[in-house]
Amino acid sequence: MAKLRVGVVSPEREIWTGEADMVIAKTVDGEIGIMPNHAPVLGVLVEGGVLRVKRGDGGDLVAAVHGGFISVADNDVSILAEAAELGSEVDVARAKDALQRAQASIEADHEDADARLKAKRAAARLRAAGEEV
Amino acid sequence: MGAQLRQLRRRIKSVKSTAKITRAQELIASSRIVKAQQRMQAAVPYEREITHAVSAVLSNTTNVDHPLTVAKEQPATAGVLIVTSDRGFAGGYNANILREAEALKGHLVGRGLTVKPYVVGRKGLTWHRFRSREMFGEWDGFSDNPSYGNAKEIADTLIESFKAEDGIDEIHVVYTGFVSMLTQNVIVKRILPLEVEEAEAPPEGIPPYYEFEPTAGDVLDSLLPRYIESRIYNALLQSAASEHAARRRAMKSATDNANELIRVFTQQMNQARQAEITQEISEIVGGANALADAAAGKE
Repeated sequence: MAKLRVGVVSPEREIWTGEADMVIAKTVDGEIGIMPNHAPVLGVLVEGGVLRVKRGDGGDLVAAVHGGFISVADNDVSILAEAAELGSEVDVARAKDALQRAQASIEADHEDADARLKAKRAAARLRAAGEEV
Repeated sequence: MGAQLRQLRRRIKSVKSTAKITRAQELIASSRIVKAQQRMQAAVPYEREITHAVSAVLSNTTNVDHPLTVAKEQPATAGVLIVTSDRGFAGGYNANILREAEALKGHLVGRGLTVKPYVVGRKGLTWHRFRSREMFGEWDGFSDNPSYGNAKEIADTLIESFKAEDGIDEIHVVYTGFVSMLTQNVIVKRILPLEVEEAEAPPEGIPPYYEFEPTAGDVLDSLLPRYIESRIYNALLQSAASEHAARRRAMKSATDNANELIRVFTQQMNQARQAEITQEISEIVGGANALADAAAGKE
């Protein structure tokens, strides 16, 4: 079966490139699963989403992706993230700490959009690291 | 010791310490160019992909009527983003940028536009303040090591005033493009209204027909600001690399000049020393002769 060529890039660096059997990302419309020979798609990713790249034998790659786009054409999948972090690179203690602080400021002020965004991002990082949130 | 000799020794000492400083600056700049170039390289994949995505959307939608791509019929004001450095010691780097910015301003005023400067870098800020010119955006502190967050901040300000009813109608950017270690050129570009630049040759054949999630308009809405951020980030990165290259070159010629000065002064000092010794010897000989003559006279 044909394979997907996947590239996860952020403005400051290329985070991961390689081949995969399936890519699952979360767009603003909902989850989208891409398998080889998928029709060309350009989607807007949600803030604080988790990206899964299924690689068959090499194990799955999980990354926290904060905003950005997914573009699919001719078995090329590009994830353009404003910021992204591989699950294996996440500092769990720091992410937990960030989540708690963000939740505390949401408790204090329900209108705090900035804190909500931070909470979302921290939760995504924890999920990418394989933690239960 | 003669006064001239002492003076020369003092000058040599001071030039030597200056040379040490410029040499250190040169070495620092050389090592930072490499880092700056790596950052430029690291940003390439994202730039390529986002340019690709923007052209994909534009080729799939026949009538693009996005506020960021439409040129206003009667442009009245133009914003100019000027990217300078925070520190000097970089030869003509900032002077070149500011001269080009002035030329652009003259050109825009000639078209009947009012020019609003947006300035990055302490050198540009002081230049504008000294001439008491009003600035509409000021950023500093990151010229030699810009992050994407900095670019985003700048892009947000620019896009906001572009969208505003009585804001700016065009945005130009003046920065220094990094060609190689030896060549850096000042580049003047219009970034809004948008013209998408394909970095590579357009791919062969018909572009694929994309599906959009949620819709083409929504995708464009969030794609275009990201594209502008990426253009500005690219300008900042190139300026940073150019700044280091300009500083390295300026500091190298300063070190060379200092070494040349030291050579000339050392020569002069040796001459002065020899002249002094010669004079001393002839004085002693003269004195001895005079004594001998006096002794001969007594007999």
